[in-house]
Amino acid sequence: MALSGLAIYKHLPKENCKECGLPTCLAFAMKVASGQAGLDDCPKLGDEARGALAEASAPPQRLVTIGEGDGAVSIGQETVLFRHDERFQNACGIAVRVEDSLEEGELAARLDAIKGLSFDRMGQVQAVDMVAVENSSGDSGRFAAAAKKAAALGKAVVLISADPEALKSAGSEIADKRPLLYYSGSADNVETAAKTAVELKLPLGIESPSLETISDMTEKAAKAGLQDIVMSPGREKPSEVLEFLTKTRRAALKKKFRPLGYPTLAFADGTDDAAIVAASWFVLKYAGIVVIDTIEPAAVVAILTSRFNIYTDPQKPVQVEAKLYEINEPGNEAPLLVTTNFALSYYSVESEVEASRVPTHILAVDTEGTSVLTAWAADKFNPETISEALVKTGAAEKVSHHKCVIPGMVAVISGSLEEESGWQVEVGPKEAVGIVSYLTSRWKR
Amino acid sequence: MEVPDTSESWKTKINTVAIGATQDEGGTRAGVVRVGGAGCIPGAAYEGDAGERPVVAVEVWDVAPDNWPAELTRHYGDALNDPGAWAQKGIEMGADLVCLKLTGTHPDAADRSAEEAATTVKAVLKAVDVPLIVWGCGVPEKDNKVLPACASAASGENCLLGSITEKNYRTLVAACLADGHKLISESPLDINIAKQVNILAQDSGFDLKDIVIFPTTGALGYGLEYVYSIMERGRIAGLSGDQLLQQPVISDVGAEAWRAKEARASDDDVPGLGPAERRGPLWEGITATNLLQAGGDIFIMRHPEAMKMFKEAVDEFMGVGSV
Repeated sequence: MALSGLAIYKHLPKENCKECGLPTCLAFAMKVASGQAGLDDCPKLGDEARGALAEASAPPQRLVTIGEGDGAVSIGQETVLFRHDERFQNACGIAVRVEDSLEEGELAARLDAIKGLSFDRMGQVQAVDMVAVENSSGDSGRFAAAAKKAAALGKAVVLISADPEALKSAGSEIADKRPLLYYSGSADNVETAAKTAVELKLPLGIESPSLETISDMTEKAAKAGLQDIVMSPGREKPSEVLEFLTKTRRAALKKKFRPLGYPTLAFADGTDDAAIVAASWFVLKYAGIVVIDTIEPAAVVAILTSRFNIYTDPQKPVQVEAKLYEINEPGNEAPLLVTTNFALSYYSVESEVEASRVPTHILAVDTEGTSVLTAWAADKFNPETISEALVKTGAAEKVSHHKCVIPGMVAVISGSLEEESGWQVEVGPKEAVGIVSYLTSRWKR
Repeated sequence: MEVPDTSESWKTKINTVAIGATQDEGGTRAGVVRVGGAGCIPGAAYEGDAGERPVVAVEVWDVAPDNWPAELTRHYGDALNDPGAWAQKGIEMGADLVCLKLTGTHPDAADRSAEEAATTVKAVLKAVDVPLIVWGCGVPEKDNKVLPACASAASGENCLLGSITEKNYRTLVAACLADGHKLISESPLDINIAKQVNILAQDSGFDLKDIVIFPTTGALGYGLEYVYSIMERGRIAGLSGDQLLQQPVISDVGAEAWRAKEARASDDDVPGLGPAERRGPLWEGITATNLLQAGGDIFIMRHPEAMKMFKEAVDEFMGVGSV
């Protein structure tokens, strides 16, 4: 059973040294109790206290890190089944599968394509962050060579083989890159695979569609001294994979069942639409790593965007910096559109402005990341805040016409905004979708 | 090793709502579409009754849209000028029912009259024999003229009409009661408002079991997570016994997905994202299939490939696994 924050606090140094990143030892204890921090984050914890606490206070789902440096991907340590209960903690890794049976040229081309699967979306880079090399050739020399090439991408690597020996040779080749050794063989050999992982100090992936069998396997691996484990149902139907992912997460979080307290991996094999749907579902429902075959950009962006959406913190609206943005290199006669600094509002406006090709200034008013109507209702998007933003950003020096365009949804404030700011106020379209026609036909200097 | 049982069982089920009426039931439809009925969280058919199959309603307008991208319009061609023909195309594409949006009645659009709208409703009912959803333009004063006329034109057909909101519900509730239709209650991403609108309808004499909730919709990458969580919360509350949230849910996927840059931009505007013929359907399809996991029952859609993708996903979604 997990300990309470106070029970943990008793064992801590109580120096409030802040080295764990939290202001006090008590705050740290609370985080550990809720499964959001591990004891390893406290540099001053004595061995005795550590021993006493470790078993009892470990998060119900272990955090496993794959890869190294900038390419490292940490998965697991999830605390809820539904994001509205708190948030999903550690974004899953998206891995593209590469078979080591590919000819040299094909392999290089595929790795190159994977490297290109990085997209700038709403001011953030969304990218495939892992490569999964599968030992389809059955040849361990070939496997190790492909592993080395894959590791050169700088992304976290998953090595997939049913042969513990092949995993050993490829794993040793790139051990410093901390790949996940994914053993796809039977439960009988799991000790051999676990020994290899312990020896190379690498995380181990194991598979079985049966919750009973996978529990036996993790226990055997744990007995062999392994802590960093990733579980997978293997190549099953999407509905069965989802059942596995849901039940293992529930067992870990709701029943504190240690043998299933590890992050998971799911395969979305194939490049058809069904595989893209499945990959997206695995992202939404509980996979720690999703291995995909498709490298079609539109499909990969959809999967990455599903990840972006589900791992957004529901308590923290996504914001952009509140400032005056310049789109399409506007001069001092270009229009000035006013919106909020809620990322969704801002980027909806920005993408329409970009599409219009009309040089435009966009003023993102600080509404603490709330949308136009919400901010207006909460009195954060009003004549005062907008006037203040106009002054603060020096908008008067950037445009000569002294006109600003407000969202049609808040047309009602146009009069008082004119009085408050001294600017001439025009009422723009109600929705971003109307911006293109507004800028190209209705906007008049 | 014995593994603890994590199965969840729920007190109640989501209501089953039937849309459409056959000749025996006083209408002219060839069949009835039933939605809802789930007794487990979405996708958990392994531990409970998954209820009725989620369905697709093809989005049809009373006037030809002037801002749909070519990737959409090419699949409908001239039918976009004829709601009946448009509806037929949608059914050929695999839709289970038709959602007629009266966009043309909007005062800022064509400002079509209530009589014209009623004529369109009749034309669509004549052109196809599936059940019909009729959706107003969203301007309260106009909807209150148009929708009663449509309700009466489709009297006995057991349509799904929408939408009522916290501020505007009396007229439409009365029309649906009088002419025997089901009702969509709309609430912008807010569980408490969703309950409030249902209470208002109930207080006006409408049966909670004849309501479908519209929590509004967000496309993939454009607020999907908000609606996903609202739908998840609502579904869990409904299963836990909250009668005000036991209604099936309708999602307006096509309209939202096709506002996304990833779907509608020309190939030149989003270099590196691939051709529009893949981007658009994928964006609409994944928006829909993701919301399936949050508890959607009726999905209003536009693109034939997206509909196909969705319907195949529903087969998998309803499947019973065996871990």
